[in-house]
Amino acid sequence: MTTNATGSVRIEHEVGLHARPSVKLTQLAKTFQSKIEFAASPDGPWVDAKSIVKVMGSKTPKGTMLHFRAEGEDAPEAVRALIELVERDFEPTS
Amino acid sequence: MNQNVGIVIVSHSPDVARGAADMVRQMVGDDVPLAWCGGAPGGGLGTNVEAILTAIDRAWSEAGVAILVDLGGAETNSEMAVEMLPETRRDRVVICDAPVVEGAVMAGTEASAGSTLEQVRRTAEELRAR
Repeated sequence: MTTNATGSVRIEHEVGLHARPSVKLTQLAKTFQSKIEFAASPDGPWVDAKSIVKVMGSKTPKGTMLHFRAEGEDAPEAVRALIELVERDFEPTS
Repeated sequence: MNQNVGIVIVSHSPDVARGAADMVRQMVGDDVPLAWCGGAPGGGLGTNVEAILTAIDRAWSEAGVAILVDLGGAETNSEMAVEMLPETRRDRVVICDAPVVEGAVMAGTEASAGSTLEQVRRTAEELRAR
């Protein structure tokens, strides 16, 4: 069953969505089946969260409210996991 | 169990190659087979086919290996190294047309997600088109 999910979180990481955070976000996004996108504004433009080149190219700065939207079987889990990643400042779990 | 695509970094400078490999390790993690080579056999700048073959071997994965190169000889020597591989491996090694440092991090990120060799190459080369 396909579901849609959305959520938002503010980036507090000091350099924003730069090199290492971009890699972590993309890696996590790719563990989900759903199509996942994010944007700095609820109106877009939307960036494919599974494309490392596009995520890094977004150059999203600190303080940005990051809006996620996902579509697919695991959309709610995907959005929740990505928000948690941003909330814990892109540090690994455990 | 590691069947992620491997990454090989070839630079004229061992410092550049090692540094690029460090970036992949620190940013992407340990889930990607990774090897680097650089420098002439007698010291100084350069690349050589034998060292590239060894690096391909160290980073070998059944899913294939993506090579990132810097300039001129790094590319031609890598092509020569690929030609010298056993036939069973030759088709599973690609040389990416991408900047060596950025390409290695992009390719490594893609590879860490279990993507195919073609997807890894495409992601590294996406940098060029931007």
